[in-house]
Amino acid sequence: MTLTDTTAVTRRNRRRASSFGMAVVRFVVTVVTTFLGLLAVTFFIGRVVPIDPALAIVGDRAPAHVVERVREELGLNLPLYQQFWIYIKQALTGDFGTSVLTTNPVMADIARVFPATIELATIGTIIGALIGVPLGVLAAVKRGSIADQIVRVIGLIGYSVPIFWLGLLALVLFYAKLGWVAYPGRIDIVYEYTFMPQTGFFLFDAIWQGQWDVAWDLFRHIILPGGLLGYFSLAYISRMTRSFMLNELQQEYIVAARAKGLSETRIIWFHALRNAAVPLVTVIALSYAGLLEGSVLTETIFSWPGLGLYITNSLQNADMNAVLGGTIVIGAVFIAINILSDLLYRTLDPRTRSR
Amino acid sequence: MSVLQASEKPYSREWLLSEQPTSRHQAQLGRAYVIWRRFSANRLALAGLGIILLLILVAIFADVLAPHNPVQGDLRNSRLLPPGSAGYLLGTDDQGRDILSRLIHGSRLTLFVVVLVAIIAAPVGLIIGTVSGYAGGWVDAVLMRITDIFLAFPKLVLALALVAALGPGIENAVLAIAVTSWPPYARIARAETMTFRNSEFISAVKLMGASPFRIVLRHVMPLCLSSLIVRVTLDMAGIILTAAGLGFLGLGAQPPLPEWGAMIASGRRFILDQWWVAAMPGAAILIVSLGFNLLGDGLRDALDPKEAGQ
Repeated sequence: MTLTDTTAVTRRNRRRASSFGMAVVRFVVTVVTTFLGLLAVTFFIGRVVPIDPALAIVGDRAPAHVVERVREELGLNLPLYQQFWIYIKQALTGDFGTSVLTTNPVMADIARVFPATIELATIGTIIGALIGVPLGVLAAVKRGSIADQIVRVIGLIGYSVPIFWLGLLALVLFYAKLGWVAYPGRIDIVYEYTFMPQTGFFLFDAIWQGQWDVAWDLFRHIILPGGLLGYFSLAYISRMTRSFMLNELQQEYIVAARAKGLSETRIIWFHALRNAAVPLVTVIALSYAGLLEGSVLTETIFSWPGLGLYITNSLQNADMNAVLGGTIVIGAVFIAINILSDLLYRTLDPRTRSR
Repeated sequence: MSVLQASEKPYSREWLLSEQPTSRHQAQLGRAYVIWRRFSANRLALAGLGIILLLILVAIFADVLAPHNPVQGDLRNSRLLPPGSAGYLLGTDDQGRDILSRLIHGSRLTLFVVVLVAIIAAPVGLIIGTVSGYAGGWVDAVLMRITDIFLAFPKLVLALALVAALGPGIENAVLAIAVTSWPPYARIARAETMTFRNSEFISAVKLMGASPFRIVLRHVMPLCLSSLIVRVTLDMAGIILTAAGLGFLGLGAQPPLPEWGAMIASGRRFILDQWWVAAMPGAAILIVSLGFNLLGDGLRDALDPKEAGQ
């Protein structure tokens, strides 16, 4: 290797390293500004939009000096940027104030209810992916056929239906008329005090402890809201799968595989789907994030004791600390999933590496 | 050639499809005709257009069409009547109000929300996107960072928190939805702008001394409109569903306004015995958002044949 070659190589390596460094810096800036933006928006909603938080506490008939003292205690007389700074520091330590409704710290409340939401969204995503991906593949392979049309209609209705309305109708049919599923809620009152969950994910705990009767009861409770959220994500996942698969099936390597004499099944499931899987991971992650949000309305219908029900209950009682705390947590998880799916995409797809 | 063109009568099929339009007017009409032919070949898209036109007509003529008063019912004689009762096609609710009349008047609220959100969010996205795409540099970096931040937020939850702070009401619901729905429009407008920022017609306008303001307003924005319209139409269903969700939680239009989401919420108490009180408004929401989805899909396929069928 000549001298010029080695210098060229080191220069290229240095450039690669610096571009990698740039990518890391850009990534960190993205993450930090996005979370700061989330905090700025919730701060704005909580402090600037309402008339006066101090008045909200003492009422508008309180004498002026009382209002003034409360304003001082809340730090409302400080300049706005100092208030924001205090707000960030509190949020980073998980301090979102106290809930008026439950009198607990908001963070403790959220830690108690959040596993229920995660459990529900996870079941929903599993159902959505297990049914949505095969449906999308089927629609792409049999493009233009009756099957394709049916998958399209299923998806379109999923995009257009108010989920809370579908939930109400499903409750009437499957609970009231057919009696196939349990009443709204997470667990039967019989088990409520005897079942000792360890992780907060009840279904997992019950199976882990081998309490099959409890697991069956939990299943009868979760299947309807979980299935509903599953339908919601199925609509999105099947549509995207179809689109990705159509794209892959037009590629030349498919023609090559056919020319090689591979069976159609093998081509579709091992060659085409494998390549479509990379963007699909992103889609499934995004639909998971969407379900965390979609659970707000679903939980209200099914009295599911998760974060969504917590937020809506707090809304009814004008408990702004709890509402904003819940918003920050859902927003933070939402952003985190977005970023993770982006990272996952880059690691899984070899074409995006070393660039 | 001139003989052939002379034989084409103005506004005939041949005139519209002519490869050599003789005026700008003819070229524009010809393009619209091609798009319409592609659009109308799609039966589902036509069905969507029909649903939306029907919605608009019902909203305009609500006073004439509604058989009963939407906010005042007959509590003594017509409480919770099932669908098909004499004079009450879709039944009545717990206040003895005709559900059909409430749905007809509710179409006005639905249209109000959708149109207002589009009027607020689309221009904001268009301005931010085109300025960002045309200016480039740090203006672009800052504007897109802000857009990405808003894009990363969960829409419904943010709208919930915003309405909770502003206080319930249909105007605040509109504002909250608009605040959460402009970022995709900015992204699209920016991407469109980037594709022709360095093209020759922009350089020509620049040479003639047009200010950046004029270039963006008169030459960049019009070209971004078609993809923006498609995206806004596709978003309409989501806007309707979010508005209905806010109404269902009691944060949207307040009683006795016949907002469809709020009607579902009030019918929830009788869902086991009088299912129709909650079922009817939900069906209306489903039909209208399905209509917007079909229309949006059809528009996208007609305006951008590359994406068709994907």
